[in-house]
Amino acid sequence: MYKYYEAGFKSRDLSLKEKLFNINFGYVFCIVLLAIIGVVALYSAANGSWSPWAYRQMVRFCVALGLMLVMALIDIRIYLKYSYVAYFLVLILLIAVELGGHVGMGAQRWIDLKFFKLQPSELMKMAMVLALAKYFHSCTLNKIESVRGIIAPALMALFPAALIIIQPDLGTALMLLFTTMVIFFVVGVQWWKFALLGGAGLIFAPIAWHFLHDYQKNRVLTFLDPERDPLGSGYHIIQSKIALGSGGVFGKGFLHGTQSHLNFLPEKHTDFIFTMLSEEFGMIGSTVVILINMIIIAYGYIFAFRTSSYFGKLVIIGLNTNYFMYVFINIAMVLGLLPVVGIPLPLISYGGTVMLSVMASFGVILCMDVNRHLNLGRSSFDDD
Amino acid sequence: MNRDNDKGKVLLQRTALVATGFFLLLIMLIVRLYYLQVYQGDKYTMLADENRISTRVLVPPRGSVYDRNGVVLATNEQNFQALVIAEQTPDWKETLKHFAEIVPLDTDEKEKIAKSIQNNKKFVPVKLKDNLTWEEVSALLLNAPYLPGVFISEGLNRTYPLGIYTAHFLGYVGAVSDTDVKDDPLLMVPGFKIGKSGLEKTFEKELRGQGGDVKLEVNAYGRVMKEIERDKGINGQDLYLTIDSRLQKFAQDAFGDHSGAAVVLDVHSGEILAFVSVPSFDPNLFTTGISHKDWNALLNNERHPLTNKAISGQYSPGSTFKIVVALAALEAGVIDKNTTFNCNGSMSLGNHVFHCWRHWGHGKQNVIEALKNSCDIFFYEVALELGIEKIAAMARQLGLGHETGVSLDNERAGLIPDSEWKMKRYGEKWQQGESVIAGIGQGYVLATPLQLAVMISRVVNGGYDIKPTFMKLNLKEKGKIKKLPISRENIDIVKKGMFEVVNAEHGTASAAKFDMNGIKMGGKTGTTQVRRISMEERKSGIVKDEDLPWRLRNHALFVGYAPQNNPQYAVAVVVEHGSSGSGVAAPIASKILQETLRLDIK
Repeated sequence: MYKYYEAGFKSRDLSLKEKLFNINFGYVFCIVLLAIIGVVALYSAANGSWSPWAYRQMVRFCVALGLMLVMALIDIRIYLKYSYVAYFLVLILLIAVELGGHVGMGAQRWIDLKFFKLQPSELMKMAMVLALAKYFHSCTLNKIESVRGIIAPALMALFPAALIIIQPDLGTALMLLFTTMVIFFVVGVQWWKFALLGGAGLIFAPIAWHFLHDYQKNRVLTFLDPERDPLGSGYHIIQSKIALGSGGVFGKGFLHGTQSHLNFLPEKHTDFIFTMLSEEFGMIGSTVVILINMIIIAYGYIFAFRTSSYFGKLVIIGLNTNYFMYVFINIAMVLGLLPVVGIPLPLISYGGTVMLSVMASFGVILCMDVNRHLNLGRSSFDDD
Repeated sequence: MNRDNDKGKVLLQRTALVATGFFLLLIMLIVRLYYLQVYQGDKYTMLADENRISTRVLVPPRGSVYDRNGVVLATNEQNFQALVIAEQTPDWKETLKHFAEIVPLDTDEKEKIAKSIQNNKKFVPVKLKDNLTWEEVSALLLNAPYLPGVFISEGLNRTYPLGIYTAHFLGYVGAVSDTDVKDDPLLMVPGFKIGKSGLEKTFEKELRGQGGDVKLEVNAYGRVMKEIERDKGINGQDLYLTIDSRLQKFAQDAFGDHSGAAVVLDVHSGEILAFVSVPSFDPNLFTTGISHKDWNALLNNERHPLTNKAISGQYSPGSTFKIVVALAALEAGVIDKNTTFNCNGSMSLGNHVFHCWRHWGHGKQNVIEALKNSCDIFFYEVALELGIEKIAAMARQLGLGHETGVSLDNERAGLIPDSEWKMKRYGEKWQQGESVIAGIGQGYVLATPLQLAVMISRVVNGGYDIKPTFMKLNLKEKGKIKKLPISRENIDIVKKGMFEVVNAEHGTASAAKFDMNGIKMGGKTGTTQVRRISMEERKSGIVKDEDLPWRLRNHALFVGYAPQNNPQYAVAVVVEHGSSGSGVAAPIASKILQETLRLDIK
């Protein structure tokens, strides 16, 4: 039924020990390295103190590391089998949050589980990738290239995205949509369909603008011209650029960032933590952070290329895209290249939800890689 | 199944494309980092420093002023003030509202603050309230989160413990005005005060000292985190004056309700021991900002409390000028001590009749008797023979007709007329009648009370060219005082006359005489008209001075000195509209001299 490339594994599932040894340690090393940089940065953000952020972040990372290993060791077939189930469960959670949000005041993005705030939108990023991967895994190229074949996955993406937009969490919604587009693109949806979508987007953008909240409009306008309101919304980005720029090549030294420690830099422990690192460790430090992230993403593509199953490839590509988006949007944002949308820098920014969701996705990626020789057949899910 | 291979191939190709795109984007981030951190690094380093470093000017404490015995005349008092920097508050109106809830502000103050904020650059601190109490300061600090941009500054307030007694020579400090020359960054400090008049103004540079500055590291909320650098600056110098505050108070009080001026000098050095101009005002009102009401009251007072009468008041010296004329005549040899003129109450010159104050006349008078009785006819005759030029020359030698150069603003020069002056001023020739009038210190002749004190001092010290000063002279400076070319003998004749004025039985100031264990005073009275007496009035009988309104009454003058044999102190007293030199000015002068002697000021 299943085909193995390597003779030793041919006729049986991998044992837990074998799976463990199959985990790519270079990948995990890079992840741990980033997390350590994160803890160091949080220590500095608290003016050289383990509390309130660095210690808790460390504990969280250890928990998240465990979660990652668990996710990596789960049988790959379970992911395939329960992808849709997971997707619908998360969708129900999103709707629940939406309904709850109308009861409460303002933006409601999470479900309070007492010990942990569950953000369904964060879960949706992963559930969506798994669901789409499963869908395209079982499609023929003909179906993918047909209009009929992409209506269902398009709706699968648009519906939760719409729910997330009205939360309102434009950043996450856009990330979700972008990841979906990338998946659509790599599976082979024709160029002209993207061109069509782009054209439509240009036409409808002014209408969409109308529906944005004032603060969202402000962010975009401020991005286009930070000096527009130097003490209001533009303040963050101006101060971020000053902090970055004044770091120079070698930085001002650990715990010696003036912009961050004198509070000119806002949100230095979350969205603007990269700025703080750049101020204290200079261009050398900030480039190292980007390079480690590039290695992590590169690993992702290597895993994708060497995984034999289409499902596995697509899951890795989707989750990798997701991770890339986090890194790119956050850094581009603090560098003044993108509007301030409130996307944290994974593994480094303080925050439990993103840490857990990113580590879980690393776990899934590792699982795909651990089982790279397993060829998941399309036939059992064939609907042709 | 053929297309399954294609499906994998498409995935591979497109993924490669996406991955390439992602890596290019990440590399772009590194390029951007290079641009910000290396290419524009210097610019942003500067901006970061601007953010974190706040330079504040350190105001040096202003020098104190002491009298000759070390009594404090002017010093500084701790003062807390609240200031606001408009650009550090999101909405200064809101902040001002919160502030007013803690420290009440009236509508006037609010308007003033609003105007000040609007007129100044947004980073300039604007004063909200001065002289905060401890309670107010702590309430403000407690509410700091609701008062962004508001900070408390600990300053020093100028205070004058003796108030009205020192106002006219010390002057006062006040806020820097638009017209002041801003040659010092200190002047830009809000609430900084500079000398506006008097010695405070004259010695501004010395008293002010030099401002320092402190570079502070501040955080985004303006809180000071640490000090980076400090230049302490130089404290203002203290000033030690020649004034004796005890005598000053006594002399000022001696005037009672009268207005006028008095100056007491050390005749050998010119040191000013007391310097009175009454009525006075409280300079403490000015340092904290005087109210409109108080200001108008001072401004509209008919007795001019703001005018420093001792140097700005120019009065006809009247009979006190006879000292000058007598000395000039003796020096010129026009008379000697035995020369007599007969006074029958009037003297004709051309078609003009000049009267003696005693209209039935004094009879035969020599110079000593003429001084003692203040006989006008004697001095008319002498002046006529002497001519104005010689009178003027003596007057100038004795310090009249030009500013004494005492270190105060608004000093007037007085006036000693001569023919040249008249030609220049009126384009007319000098008339003999004018010399006659000048002979009794009337007509064009004007002098300030300080000049009169200098004049009497220079006579009684034996003809030494002393200059009035608020600064103690050292031995070297004392040694530099020149002897004027006036003979000792003639001075003694005049002194004898002045001694008789007070101590002879019918001397004009005999009522003011005293004897402190043999120490007595000499002097000369003067009563000068401030109105013209018409021929009709003279015929029908001159209206008695006390029946006239105050502002038309005669000025009363007295210049005196003591002890009689070895003069130490001189005093000049002018009582505005005091009616009578002998009846009003001489007794005041006498009291002042007695007190001076009693204090035995060294």
